[in-house]
Amino acid sequence: MRVSETQEPAETETLPLDAWHRARGARMVPFAGYEMPIQYEGILAEHEWTRSHAGLFDVSHMGQLEISGDGAAAAIEAVLPIDLSTLKPGRQRYSLLLDENGGVLDDLMVTNAGDHFYLVVNGATKWDDIAHLREHLPDDITLTHLAEDALLALQGPQAAGALAQLGFEPVEGGPRVEDMTFMDNAVFIWSGATVRVSRSGYTGEDGFEISVPADKAEALADALCEQADVKPIGLGARDSLRLEAGLPLYGHDMSPETSPIEAGLAFGINKRRRSEGGFPGAQRIQRELAEGTAKKLVGFTVEGRMPVREGAPIYSEDAEVGRITSGGFAPSVGAPIAMGYVETQYSAPGAPLEAEVRGKRVPLTVETMPFIPHRYYRKGAAK
Amino acid sequence: MTRYFTEDHEWIEVDGDTATVGITEYAQGQLGDIVFVEVPSEGASLTKGGDAAVVESVKAASDVYSPVSGTVTEGNPALADDPALVNTAPEGDGWFFKLTIADKSELDGLMDESGYKAFCDTL
Repeated sequence: MRVSETQEPAETETLPLDAWHRARGARMVPFAGYEMPIQYEGILAEHEWTRSHAGLFDVSHMGQLEISGDGAAAAIEAVLPIDLSTLKPGRQRYSLLLDENGGVLDDLMVTNAGDHFYLVVNGATKWDDIAHLREHLPDDITLTHLAEDALLALQGPQAAGALAQLGFEPVEGGPRVEDMTFMDNAVFIWSGATVRVSRSGYTGEDGFEISVPADKAEALADALCEQADVKPIGLGARDSLRLEAGLPLYGHDMSPETSPIEAGLAFGINKRRRSEGGFPGAQRIQRELAEGTAKKLVGFTVEGRMPVREGAPIYSEDAEVGRITSGGFAPSVGAPIAMGYVETQYSAPGAPLEAEVRGKRVPLTVETMPFIPHRYYRKGAAK
Repeated sequence: MTRYFTEDHEWIEVDGDTATVGITEYAQGQLGDIVFVEVPSEGASLTKGGDAAVVESVKAASDVYSPVSGTVTEGNPALADDPALVNTAPEGDGWFFKLTIADKSELDGLMDESGYKAFCDTL
């Protein structure tokens, strides 16, 4: 037996919680240049725990950046298709780093932190992102890489209850953690340290991401896992959770070869920017918003039990009409699911297609995403 | 009956000219939760070291090789509905296929149980 998954290069660094993961029985694998926990007790159990309780994920490989200086908002708007005039202090928004042709260099979160902006970018792309931003931001704008901060994600229906037990102290009349709503972002004092918390995540569940100084990361992870509802969860379940939530993964479901419009991420191009342009790739994005695209990222349900994975070609009868970009067994669906690009004429929900796996055709049906409904804690939602 | 092991973590239990093949406890532990198994059909002709079956965990697909050459007499029908049998009973009810051995001399290079255990300890 041999695992056919391609391995990442072996040259890897360790993250602040490395020993903490190993002590809890994590299986560590190279990912995005770091040794990361892929699983503890098992991906299925960890996936289901996160959907029913609360899972703690170490996502310290991701890049945390600060951008400050006079004119920072305008400088950021020159590189991202975001409208910062509608992003209030204490609020976070999804955006996209685009190349001159409108291809996706990364997807990221931008927070208006009052006197600066706070960004979270993907781990595998952070060094390229930093180089790109240094090249494109004016010299009087300061870009700081918060390389000494860990990032923990607490996700699941019990996440708010568990985090509320830790006694995070609001700063300057800010909200309590349990009163934050989806995409709020605020600073707290915990155990003498400043921590930045956003109510967001990558599982489709309610939850939080907590930026904490590296020397406090173990204490925070311990304090969270002392709660009966919280268990550490590996990257394996993070991937199956995000796939069910219909959340695309950078480097797989979008890349420099795809535009955000093809990837179904038009919401990342804010309204004012659609009309005004003035961001990298604007010409192509505006044209695609008006005229549509030749291919589209869609979700699929898969007949039978055999997983359909990244790279599988998609057929309509004899014609190859697309390719799978993410796929696998979906624990909360109880069946395999996938996402991939297809020619737009085949992208309507219900369209019957086939994927080819090991020479065999597997029936697929185009499905509206998410596969599992999002349960974000939105403003005005019932408690 | 004698049980042999390969360096690719298959086991083969030999009974006269026929044998049963599966993956080891060590292998299932490495794979994690198994969600799909594709076993060969009756009559399929396998060669030693060649592709025989596919086992898929949540994370990845892995090939399973035949420890010897031969002709498949049965794939384990229970794995279609319950692939997790490979996790719970890899060296028992979670067997993959049975075959008629073409050349029993091919068993010579395989490890016995203590040899396989020593091999796993080096990994």
